[in-house]
Amino acid sequence: MFTQQLVNGIVVGSVYALIALGYTLVYGILKLINFAHGEIYMIGAYIGITTLAVLGAMGITGMSITLTLVLVFLIPMIYCAAYGITLERIAYRPLRRAPRLSPLISAIGMSIFLQNYVQVAQGARDKAFPSLLALGGFNFMGAYISGLQIFILATAVGVMAVLQLFIQKTRMGKAMRATAQDRTMASLVGVDVNRVIAATFAIGSALAAIAGVMVGMYYGLVNHYIGFIAGIKAFTAAVLGGIGSVAGALLGGFLLAMLETFWAGYVSAIYKDVFAFAVLVVVLIFRPEGILGSSDSSDRV
Amino acid sequence: MLLAGFWFAFLALPISGPWNAVLIGGACSFMLLAIKLFQTAMTTGPAGEMVARLWCALGRMWGQAAWLVGDRKKILVMILLLLSLPWVLDRYTTDVLVVTGIYVMLALGLNVVVGFAGLLDLGYVAFYAVGAYTYALLNSWMDLSFWPALLAGGALSMAFGVLLGIPVLRLRGDYLAIVTLGFGEIIRLVLNNWDNLTNGPNGILSIDRPTIGGMRLYQPMHFFYLVVFLCFMTMFVVGRLNRSRLGRAWSALREDETAAECMGINITYTKLTAFAFGAAWAGIGGVVFAAKQTFVSPESFTFFESVIILCMVVLGGMGSIPGVILGALVLTVLPEALRELTLYRPMLLGGAMVLMMILRPQGFLQMHGQRLPASAVLPGDVRRGREKTHLGGDT
Repeated sequence: MFTQQLVNGIVVGSVYALIALGYTLVYGILKLINFAHGEIYMIGAYIGITTLAVLGAMGITGMSITLTLVLVFLIPMIYCAAYGITLERIAYRPLRRAPRLSPLISAIGMSIFLQNYVQVAQGARDKAFPSLLALGGFNFMGAYISGLQIFILATAVGVMAVLQLFIQKTRMGKAMRATAQDRTMASLVGVDVNRVIAATFAIGSALAAIAGVMVGMYYGLVNHYIGFIAGIKAFTAAVLGGIGSVAGALLGGFLLAMLETFWAGYVSAIYKDVFAFAVLVVVLIFRPEGILGSSDSSDRV
Repeated sequence: MLLAGFWFAFLALPISGPWNAVLIGGACSFMLLAIKLFQTAMTTGPAGEMVARLWCALGRMWGQAAWLVGDRKKILVMILLLLSLPWVLDRYTTDVLVVTGIYVMLALGLNVVVGFAGLLDLGYVAFYAVGAYTYALLNSWMDLSFWPALLAGGALSMAFGVLLGIPVLRLRGDYLAIVTLGFGEIIRLVLNNWDNLTNGPNGILSIDRPTIGGMRLYQPMHFFYLVVFLCFMTMFVVGRLNRSRLGRAWSALREDETAAECMGINITYTKLTAFAFGAAWAGIGGVVFAAKQTFVSPESFTFFESVIILCMVVLGGMGSIPGVILGALVLTVLPEALRELTLYRPMLLGGAMVLMMILRPQGFLQMHGQRLPASAVLPGDVRRGREKTHLGGDT
């Protein structure tokens, strides 16, 4: 029982962590919460379904499982990156100098728009995500671990490692860190701030797309509501770990998922979501800078 | 423009399928083209003059609308006209007006929080739910009648507002928004799952109608008068509050928190009062809602409901009382008129919020004497604007 909960928690945690990274990246640079991020994740899952359907019709699914897997992640990533860039262009860029309330409201508007657009276009009912991997599984210390779970964890960890390398080593990563520290100074030394912000949205959205496809594969069902709850929880994870910090998003994602799974397993499954929200409120009251956040957070909270 | 059309078609492709994607792309480029043409026509040629003249005429009409409520006699006539409405209209329309009235109260209450104090509350519907369930539960347990429940619902919502407010109001705007959103969901989930208390998703049935001096209010017309009375009360109280010392503290807070604190305003107390007042009105609205429906269930208190109320405030004009009333009116009457568009309503609302923020952040009607953003005016203009507010607002 205990190990099983632990395994489930780790899988859910990698999804939360991937979405939380998107919040953290955008927050680090714009000091704004991207309210529509959860919807991007949901759209990623839907595009995953479409991609699979198209690949199936083209006969690729039957030919090569590796190619299918690569494409089923890659195409939603590209699409969601495009969605992220468009979102930034429409709902954030025109309002960069506006009062703080304006981008918040436009982002919420965008989130509602996207959620209901998908509902109108795809129908309100659950959509099945075709199962791709029949990897089997094995028993380990009284817990059943499926191949899919290992695949999800491995993908998430791999993606996060690549992200960390990208931020630390590449030119764009350096520009992102510079912009996060001081936007005006960064633009003075020749960083194209608009490009950096667009790239940040693109990367965050691509990570959300990976999370969306993984959740689709894991649960086998997708609906247009998943973005709302997942968005709040991933945000909680980002805050728990320390918003603006990449390592914090990871820690927060896994920690929140663990807490939540154990709560659902041992205390009350009905109040699982309530528990997650309560964690958010408690963290914001007692340690708004999060676990890994710096304590001189006068400009953060 | 064609490029933008292609871009949107590309984005829509995997969600909507190829045909609809082409349609969406076409519609987008067409709209952008129309906007572009409109802008060119506005700046050059006779069409621009025409539009300008039309705009002037609209402005004059609005001026005349203001003339309609120019002095006491005219206000009296307008109120009488309003009160005679249910005798002219049929039951259904009156019922729509009752719903509108409840939304006007809610929107005015949220306006205190969002418009006056500049705090984004995304879980406003939670307080509405608290009010509705207070009446429903007290009525089914203790046979409490409507009028004391009105007070109890308002007070309990206010208490919830303060309880939520104390811990989170130290936080900056966006955190507050997401915590209130979470709080709204908590309330809904608890109502949905606490079967022993709230009867879960089935809701609470057969709540008593209100009575006045032995007369039972059950017709839409009766509720119309009740709601109109409460709306006027809300307008009066909110209007007075806005012009009070507290109201000025709220706008100081909204414009610049640090500056307000430097001027000796107690930030936490000021925020908390805004939150408490907003919550109290939602509670009262909830009691009226429960009495009108005689039935409450968690379904009525979803996040989307919060969004609709926020939309009324944002589209009408944050901080402007007539604007918010107009927003509530438009957003309740329009969906009734356009029933075939019900499916697209949430989508249109979301889009409207984004467009409004970009194109006209002040809403349909600008707040009286509102300060423009510093980047949009010269310093001299700001000073003049302030003087005007001071002379016009406080005498």
